[in-house]
Amino acid sequence: MPETGVTATITIPGETIPRVELTAVAVDLLRSLWDEHGPLMFHQSGGCCDGSSPMCFPEGEFIVSDRDVLLGRLDVAPLGGTAQPIDFWMSAEQFEYWSHTFLTVDVVPGRGGGFSVEAPRGVRFLLRSRLMESFE
Amino acid sequence: MTVYSNPGTPGALVTFKPRYENWIGGEWVKPVKGQYFEDISPVNGKPFAEVARGTAEDIELALDAAHRAAPAWGKTSSTERAAVLNRIADIIDANLELLSVAETWENGKPVRETLNADIPLCSDHFRYFASAIRAQDGDHAELNGDMVSYQFHEPLGVVGQIIPWNFPLLMAVWKLAPALAAGNAIVLKPAEQTPVSILVLIDLIGDVLPPGVLNIVNGFGIEAGKPLASSSRIRKIAFTGETSTGRLIMQYASANIIPSTMELGGKSPNIFFSDVAQEKDAFYDKAQEGFVLFAFNQGEVCTAPSRALLQKPIYDDFLSDAVERTRTVIQGNPLDTATQVGAQSSNDQLEKILSYIDIGKKEGATLALGGERVDLGGDLSGGYYVEPTIFEGHNKMGLFQEEIFGPVLAVTSFTDYDDAISIANDTLYGLGAGVWSRNGNIAYRAGRDIQAGRVWVNNYHAYPAGASFGGYKSSGIGRENNKLALTAYQQTKNLLVSYSENKLGFF
Repeated sequence: MPETGVTATITIPGETIPRVELTAVAVDLLRSLWDEHGPLMFHQSGGCCDGSSPMCFPEGEFIVSDRDVLLGRLDVAPLGGTAQPIDFWMSAEQFEYWSHTFLTVDVVPGRGGGFSVEAPRGVRFLLRSRLMESFE
Repeated sequence: MTVYSNPGTPGALVTFKPRYENWIGGEWVKPVKGQYFEDISPVNGKPFAEVARGTAEDIELALDAAHRAAPAWGKTSSTERAAVLNRIADIIDANLELLSVAETWENGKPVRETLNADIPLCSDHFRYFASAIRAQDGDHAELNGDMVSYQFHEPLGVVGQIIPWNFPLLMAVWKLAPALAAGNAIVLKPAEQTPVSILVLIDLIGDVLPPGVLNIVNGFGIEAGKPLASSSRIRKIAFTGETSTGRLIMQYASANIIPSTMELGGKSPNIFFSDVAQEKDAFYDKAQEGFVLFAFNQGEVCTAPSRALLQKPIYDDFLSDAVERTRTVIQGNPLDTATQVGAQSSNDQLEKILSYIDIGKKEGATLALGGERVDLGGDLSGGYYVEPTIFEGHNKMGLFQEEIFGPVLAVTSFTDYDDAISIANDTLYGLGAGVWSRNGNIAYRAGRDIQAGRVWVNNYHAYPAGASFGGYKSSGIGRENNKLALTAYQQTKNLLVSYSENKLGFF
């Protein structure tokens, strides 16, 4: 279990503050899922049922478009290890009202979530958030 | 008032099997990989049955069975298929209480809802589509004296359906009834949160359908849903769920060049114009109830009226009355017919709702009611209960934009008609909406101006068979519940026939 989480690099041109982070538990889970599925990506889902939560797919499985925004890149590799970058995407429409929010990806016990890869582990990714410092 | 016994206890109407296999080719089939997962009741947070954890191999077995069954089923007369659907409806009616208790234990919803809405609507939708398929005509045109164009409806063949967990039986029936009526064979994957109640139904109706016409494979989205949705052996995929997985499934459908029906949720406005409060009469009482319907099914409804828009002159008084009314809602044991609000469907759903309540507070929304998890004590302590929660804020807040899928209402005010429509349509979604007014002209215009597939006027949360249901904007593609849904499961065959002896004369 890593002792600390991971903060995303800044991927939106002109910005100076990161937008996304992973809790330590999320980092640990993502390393394990990477071992099982290979490279991974997040897309923030909207809508009913398991929506309004991040979906984790094998990298490239979900085709992003220019109507999606890359909020940050999260490297879950252990210190000194080969990079394991995971991109966090969101639709541009959703980003319009999330833009002032700093997102923390956490993990809770759970039962399922669309086609997200963690569901068979009995856990589910979850968003926690606070206002971005620049907006506070 | 009745309190039903917990399944498996003395006096219970339902005793679940310890383990459920997949239903393939008219029999119970063990999962190829031999893996199972636990089905947890949200009522008490405890597992109550093991369920097959299906994978691509099981989906292939189900598709084999469906492809064996589809040709003969597709050639049965609409009379025969309608008779089968009507028989299923009769069996559902005869087992109303059993299915209601099973569904409540599976999903956490109050048994008063399963008894009076979910299960009766299941049988009614089967009957509606039994009628619709018999009433459906083909078409013909006499293009000239010697040439006639005939249009026939043909089944698509084998179709895939992926079902959500908020109304496990009813959402399955919404998709099953038109697909079966139209003569298709089906591979259906229930939600992994609610895999069993549909199998309780299969125990009752399994021998009514020819083997292989309906196949059910349980499992997780990534392991069983994806191989079904991406299979080149289905002619259509139908999905209800969230937008990212919906987009992913549409990508798979595009690779196979097949149609998809998508129902992806909403953030539905419920608009109350000032004249609603001009008298404190029966209509005012009805409108107040319409406001509280945000808590119906614990808010786990794609069309939940999760944004209430109140006109400024009545804002304070109407909201004050509505908050008091919501405060009196009875939350408790879902198997008690007095209970109005039950449990959220899963632990992750509970956590997500609490996280969005926290987001609402941090965004600066004002909490008017609720906001906490509820511990009902005793055996129910482990269940997933959240207080009906009301926030006041403005439409640009995440609370007003993200579908929380819980008993959390976001309330704001509007000045005039144009302001109401502008706020109502300021959302990515367009599935449902409510309009409340004593003025028929206002209600009609608002109903037409709101960009949503279903606008309830002076009512909410009615889902009668026959009324089309589906989304505008990011809420999805396609319509269900109306005879229009038949054509979503049918191919159009044009037979162009010349009744002339004379050649064209080109060659």
